[in-house]
Amino acid sequence: MEIHLILIFMIIFALAAIEIKDLLSSVVAMSAVGLGLCFAFLILKAPNLAITQLVVELLCLILLIRATINKDLPLVKDGRWFFNTISTFVFVAVFLSFIYFALKELPRFGEPLMRLSQQYFDRTAVGNTVNAITVNFRHLDALAEIAVLFAAIIGVLAVMRKVGRIHEE
Amino acid sequence: MVIYMLCFVLFCIGLYGVLRKRNIIKIIIGIGIMEYAVNLFLIVLGYRVRGRAPIFSSDQQVLNMVDPLPQAVVLTTIVISLATTLLLAAIAIRIYEKYKTFDITKIKRLRG
Repeated sequence: MEIHLILIFMIIFALAAIEIKDLLSSVVAMSAVGLGLCFAFLILKAPNLAITQLVVELLCLILLIRATINKDLPLVKDGRWFFNTISTFVFVAVFLSFIYFALKELPRFGEPLMRLSQQYFDRTAVGNTVNAITVNFRHLDALAEIAVLFAAIIGVLAVMRKVGRIHEE
Repeated sequence: MVIYMLCFVLFCIGLYGVLRKRNIIKIIIGIGIMEYAVNLFLIVLGYRVRGRAPIFSSDQQVLNMVDPLPQAVVLTTIVISLATTLLLAAIAIRIYEKYKTFDITKIKRLRG
């Protein structure tokens, strides 16, 4: 199926993004992963998410290129190489063991449970059901999302501010 | 089941990047890949074979469309992941200005 091909594409570019030494190439490879995710959303019948993902991906690409352009990368290999690798693989193995127990409980692919969706579908007359859920049923979620977004913007402004108040006088 | 496993492989690649790499940009990229994997996994859970997009039409029933609830949740998650990536990139830029490196093991001097 197409979705498997796109997922394999995403995995290849994710490996490239993690392993390439040049930072700018790495950022561009991560952006390719996001583009693959956008196509995967289209195939999985989620057009709202595809549009949002495309916009967010472009913004992330611009920000990370701003962070990495004209920066050199002194790559060092010393330090606790063996300990770091072993601890990383231990963490990944713990995560895989959790996956092994979780896979038994998951529903089969293509047959969602949809216990609540009938109610969402009956009680709204909005054309786009995703917007109906976001605005009519989960509006507090959307409010908290906007709050988090603005808190992050305030944090960025506080971190990037160069001149303190004392130096202006 | 294969598609769930592919999502988990993508998550594990991100986890490896976060835990093993020493470059801040690589860590941000690893976090981004983990977010992608989780978003894709939630959407895959709500997919119905030969289902339609959850948009109302005259012959649309709940049994021939994909689940709209994970889509509404993931819409929130995507915007929040943008906010976190923005904050992390800003912190990385300031760290480079102060220490002239992205290596996390070199960022331990207390320079005032």
